[in-house]
Amino acid sequence: MSKADVAAAILWTGATLYAVFGGADFGGGLWDLIAGDAERGARPRERIQRSLTPVWEANHVWLIFILVVLWTAFPEAFGAIMSTLYVPIALAAVGIVLRGAGFAFRKSVQRLEYRRAMGAAFALSSVLTPFFMGAVVGAIAAGNVPPEGNGDAFSSWLAPLPLLTGALFVATGAYLAAVFLVVDSHRAGDKEMEGYFASRAMGAGLVAGAFAVAGLVALHGEARYAYERLIVEGLPLVIVSALCGFGVLGLLLSRGRRGLRPLAIGAVVTVIWGWGVAQFPYLLPTSLKISEAAAPGPTLDAVLIVFAFAVLLVLPALGLLYWLSQKDLLEE
Amino acid sequence: MPGLGALPLAASESNLLAARELMAFTLGFHIVLACLGVALPAIILTANWLGLKRGDEDAMRLARRWSKAMAVTFAVGAVTGTVLSFEFGLLWPEFMARFGDAFGIAFAIEGIFFFTEAIFLAIYIYGWKRLSGWAHWWSGVPMVITGIGGAFSVVAANAWMNQPQGFTLDAAGKVVDTEPFEVLFNPAWSYEVPHMILAAYMVAGFLVASIYAVGMLRGRRDRMHRLGLLIPLTIACIATPIQLFVGDTAAREVADHQPAKFAGFECIQETGPDQTEYLGGICTDDGVEGAIGIPGLDSFLVGFDTDTVVTGLEDIPPDERPPANTLLHLSFDAMVGIGSALLGLGAWLAFVWWRRRDIPQTPWFLRAVAASGVSAIVAMWCGWIVTEVGRQPWIVQGYMRTEEAVTEAEGIWFAFAGVLVLYTGLGIGAVLVLRAMSRRWREEDEGDESETPYAPALGNGDFPVHMTGNSPEGGS
Ligand code: HDD
Ligand code: HEM
Ligand code: HEM
Repeated sequence: MSKADVAAAILWTGATLYAVFGGADFGGGLWDLIAGDAERGARPRERIQRSLTPVWEANHVWLIFILVVLWTAFPEAFGAIMSTLYVPIALAAVGIVLRGAGFAFRKSVQRLEYRRAMGAAFALSSVLTPFFMGAVVGAIAAGNVPPEGNGDAFSSWLAPLPLLTGALFVATGAYLAAVFLVVDSHRAGDKEMEGYFASRAMGAGLVAGAFAVAGLVALHGEARYAYERLIVEGLPLVIVSALCGFGVLGLLLSRGRRGLRPLAIGAVVTVIWGWGVAQFPYLLPTSLKISEAAAPGPTLDAVLIVFAFAVLLVLPALGLLYWLSQKDLLEE
Repeated sequence: MPGLGALPLAASESNLLAARELMAFTLGFHIVLACLGVALPAIILTANWLGLKRGDEDAMRLARRWSKAMAVTFAVGAVTGTVLSFEFGLLWPEFMARFGDAFGIAFAIEGIFFFTEAIFLAIYIYGWKRLSGWAHWWSGVPMVITGIGGAFSVVAANAWMNQPQGFTLDAAGKVVDTEPFEVLFNPAWSYEVPHMILAAYMVAGFLVASIYAVGMLRGRRDRMHRLGLLIPLTIACIATPIQLFVGDTAAREVADHQPAKFAGFECIQETGPDQTEYLGGICTDDGVEGAIGIPGLDSFLVGFDTDTVVTGLEDIPPDERPPANTLLHLSFDAMVGIGSALLGLGAWLAFVWWRRRDIPQTPWFLRAVAASGVSAIVAMWCGWIVTEVGRQPWIVQGYMRTEEAVTEAEGIWFAFAGVLVLYTGLGIGAVLVLRAMSRRWREEDEGDESETPYAPALGNGDFPVHMTGNSPEGGS
């Protein structure tokens, strides 16, 4: 593996962590959005809020991580992606602002109307942001970003594959969030919410599965290169992903709680890496290879060193945060 | 410059203006919150420490409340910072594509600091109830370090734009080699980074103090208000003299390395010795109008000798001169003026404290403190205008012009309008939320149901609730 490949692997690791933790976060917002009126939705909303509050800030730093690694290690690709896909990217950024603000303000505001307005901003953007991010990923996979940049601002992402990927991102986040909330409710001894989120986890899992299959068809049509690698080199990952998905379904039906979270995470992680394997060795299929896009060696070294520090410093700290949060030592 | 200038300028020119305005506006917004993120942790931990060490319940309550407020400002800081990361790519794709591998290094490091900061912030903010006192206090310490580290890396990136080094270009102007250490520790970091960190401590300190000063002017002169004024004000007043020293060094460095910027903000037209230092006024091609001039002082400040030769704009090629000299000049003067005034405020406090162990009693002191918060922010904005506008027309001094960096995307003005609306909402929202919090706290104080942290109650420190008499020292 060359240094450039390692840097790409770091990028994908960041994407994976963002997809899992950020994704679950967005998913929580989706369930919040459709939890019904103030009265009916109060219990699930409270559960969601409790699970998200201490960790949401940290979950989102993965996005920053992806951006800085991308622009440092693969600057030309970053420029090309940004100058082509600026519409969905700007919309995702708007979503991030609304979401962060809505979430932060809602906790601190008492009047119901305000809480509602903030809650709505939070929840709506929870859906829009992952959708547009998915569209960006789909557009890259489809090969719609020219390496010199300034590709078509609309046709690059207003196509079946990007749109389906966007939908897949939304559904996956909802799925992960529901599974996490099942486990959290279980731990809190809240039977009602446990059942509430279990049925939603199943629903979201099925929807996500359907989008994944549709995405595969679109991949076949729009991104032949990636499709062909996915069904050969990527096949093991596809199989593991499907197995994990069915495993979660089985556990939910049999009311098993052990292994629920790891399996759900596995189902998502394998999809992200399947995407990576499918477009390898290209960063922008099929015009810009990872090796061609990479920054000079010393910059890549710096990225690797920074990543090593991240593993040594950030991961233990993050572990501590999740541990404290799971132990219920953090509350408002 | 090799291989540049291929952009169709007509389309880019309007974009350029829009992109600059958008960048400046969003940066100016973020930087205020960033200051709070950098410096509030230390201020809060100081109060928390007083609370733990001396059993001072007022200090403890202040720490707890400030941390709640910080949860809000941090969240807004995080989203606006995320927007900035996007903007680098959205507005300046050519800049990032060409120099991301050098400029980006500092930001990669910044990522770690922000991450760690976000994590410990969460532990600290949500750890009040269940963690033990000192464990909780220590969980806040990493925030102080990461705040400084984050400021270091971001400002080192900016410093690199001012004095770029540590990279090799090929004939086409593409970066083919980098030296990360040289990039990070470029000549400008050594004054920009401390200047910014001190600015953050000044902004946060004076701002928090000013809120309590307003409260005291409205008649709420209890001990908690006094402490809430004194702790942050002391920290800010300690930072001020150091800040002026660093700023003075910065000015000399700029005169040496970015003579166009220096000539721009000092309005120097002709190269030569014995340059007059102008205070205020309007810059014209023939010199400064309506200013107070101190003959020779400018040369003296640059080289400690009135014979020092200072470069004037006449020796800078016309297409490399910074725009808006009057804006630069007045911004610089405002920064220095406000800094000096705040130094005076600190001296006032120190003198009265030395004589009477108390804060000055006149309402004028409280009024001055009440104005200090916004003044510090204005000084900080002005400093950034000097730095950024003064660097124009370059985005990377000497290597890339801003017009070459800008995006060709359509609708930047439209985006600007959208951002303006969005951020106005964000700002109003944040202020409303913070005010609602403070109102709730006031009601709590009147209802006197104290929210004791660290489950087993602290020692009961019953302090007199008077304006005079009891200093924090006097509390034990
Ligand atoms: C509380 C805020 C504050 C105060 C009181 C001062 N400054 Fe400042 N100044 C800043 C906040 C600031 C800043 C944080 O806004 C800048 C922008 C970039 C930087 O590194 O710091 C800055 C930049 C800046 C620059 C441009 C540096 C560059 O272009 O690289 C100079 C020459 C000075 N300052 C000089 C001074 C002097 C001589 C001061 C007082 C005697 C002073 N500053 C007080
Ligand atoms: C360390 C952080 C900063 C970085 C990396 C940075 C970077 C940039 C970049 C890339 C641009 C656009 C290109 C250009 O016009 O040169 C810019 C412009 C600008 N920035 Fe900064 N900036 C930083 C901090 C700030 C802050 C905090 C302010 C706050 C007031 C500010 C004010 C401006 C202004 C006014 C412009 C427009 C200059 C002009 O076009 O005339 N900058 N900055
Ligand atoms: C002098 C300039 C700057 C300083 C000192 C600074 C400092 C900080 C600090 C301390 C935070 C943590 C959040 C908070 O406390 O509110 C933060 C957030 C952030 N800043 Fe800035 N910042 C500066 C300019 C910039 C610029 C130019 C960018 C552009 C990329 C940027 C990107 C970010 C990002 C992405 C975050 C969010 C990180 C998170 O989620 O914790 N900052 N900034």
